[in-house]
Amino acid sequence: VNRRELVQALLAGGGAACLAGCAALRGAPRTATVVVVGGGFGGATAAKYVRLFSQRRIDVVLIEPSAQFVSSPLSNLVIGGTAQIADLTRSYASLRREHGVTIVRDRAVGIDAARKVVALARGDSIRYDKLVLAPGISLQFDAITGLAQAQAAGTILQAWAGGPESVGLNRQLAAMPDGGVFAITIPESPYRCPPAPYERASLVAAYFKNHKPRSKVLVLDANQDVVAMGALFKKAWADLYPELLEYRNHYKAVAVDAKTLTLSFDVQEDVRADVLNVLPPVRAGEVALHAGLANVNSRWCEVDFSTFESRVAKDIHILGDSIQAAPMMPKSGHMANGHAKVAAAAIVAELQGQAPDPQPMLTNTCYSFAGPDEAMHSAAVYEYASAAKTFRPVAGAGGVSAARSEHEAREAKAWANNIWADLLA
Amino acid sequence: LLFCGCAVAGSTAAAHVRSLAATCAACHGTDGRAVRGSAIPSLAGLSREYFVARMRDYRDGTLPSSIMQQIAKGFSDEQTDELGAYFAARR
Repeated sequence: VNRRELVQALLAGGGAACLAGCAALRGAPRTATVVVVGGGFGGATAAKYVRLFSQRRIDVVLIEPSAQFVSSPLSNLVIGGTAQIADLTRSYASLRREHGVTIVRDRAVGIDAARKVVALARGDSIRYDKLVLAPGISLQFDAITGLAQAQAAGTILQAWAGGPESVGLNRQLAAMPDGGVFAITIPESPYRCPPAPYERASLVAAYFKNHKPRSKVLVLDANQDVVAMGALFKKAWADLYPELLEYRNHYKAVAVDAKTLTLSFDVQEDVRADVLNVLPPVRAGEVALHAGLANVNSRWCEVDFSTFESRVAKDIHILGDSIQAAPMMPKSGHMANGHAKVAAAAIVAELQGQAPDPQPMLTNTCYSFAGPDEAMHSAAVYEYASAAKTFRPVAGAGGVSAARSEHEAREAKAWANNIWADLLA
Repeated sequence: LLFCGCAVAGSTAAAHVRSLAATCAACHGTDGRAVRGSAIPSLAGLSREYFVARMRDYRDGTLPSSIMQQIAKGFSDEQTDELGAYFAARR
């Protein structure tokens, strides 16, 4: 923690600090500290917006082990070979430079909710007034026999958090001979980013079409049908990849054999492929699990949707893919960005002795590429229903694209650039 | 301190509008300032009247769009007007 920088940031507030300062003078701790665990779509947004909404009156410490932000949205383009990981990588420096967020490059390993302390992997600990947990997901490797070893050996990748595995999977596809089979298995919903596996299958099919036309994509889905944008994906597959891509429902993977690259299922016959992308079920991020915050089936963290405060522990707010979502709320980066703003507003209001916003709203857009140059979307607007204490889609709003288009592919890339800036710049 | 007190009065309503506007920021940039050259337009500095009229056109379907016709229907007249005033004040 760079104290000189914190003091400078507070002094630099000047007149603006006076305006915001009144509430702080009345009741809140003079310099409250919000600690944010995780610098993804939820956590980075929370760090920035606590600083914005408090007019820099509240100190924010962001704990993140990675040197740089790497986006999972758009990472399927890296797997399909039409984008580089560098295109999806952004610096955390602007959070410090522009917003005075203190960045601690470490991993949070434990939470003492009674003492309000976060323990870090390297042995330090940080005290908080409010803790924001945005730890993403953890993969349940034990749900599929043999997968943990195959993953550790680098034979069967998931690429479910962007970054190096996206590049690794792209290399496996590049090394596969023409005429080979790529099989992707999809876990039962809910999982992170509902359309992503179908987008990935589409982009791998596009790569095969252009480079290895005798090859095949097998989509093996544990669900009874395509989970998101089903009609749009099926039309794209029929139009663009009729011989190349085959979709099979009710295929729940239970085991892998890394030597023979064979998949076993609960009911269906075994399937062999040349490149496997096996996506196990997911649940809340590890630090949330270890802290006992995943109170829903030991998988998800229940929160008060008006503040995103944990239902288990006071002063711990949980965002993004780790939460037990309200019905019709997908686990997406865009949603996590929205959760973070509702939580940041509620945290700032509470620390400044004010009531939280009684009517928070959320929006969501999920863009999916059907090929490198065509995309479609799903969108929704949510309002907080105070009687039911949940978010509900606003009736009549939202929907999906009428058809995939090149226009939406350009929009998808613009969306990515703007949301990355919204959470970091 | 008297001056400060005035600023705090009504701040819950101001905070609500600020949070409402933050839902637009994911696509249109923080405070409606999109990344330079973005295919998605900035909202900061648009006149209140223009913003409200465009949102109404999206809702009615008179202005064709991929996404905004679906998003605009999620906001009431009052919210749309509040958003228009908020973005008009970001210059």
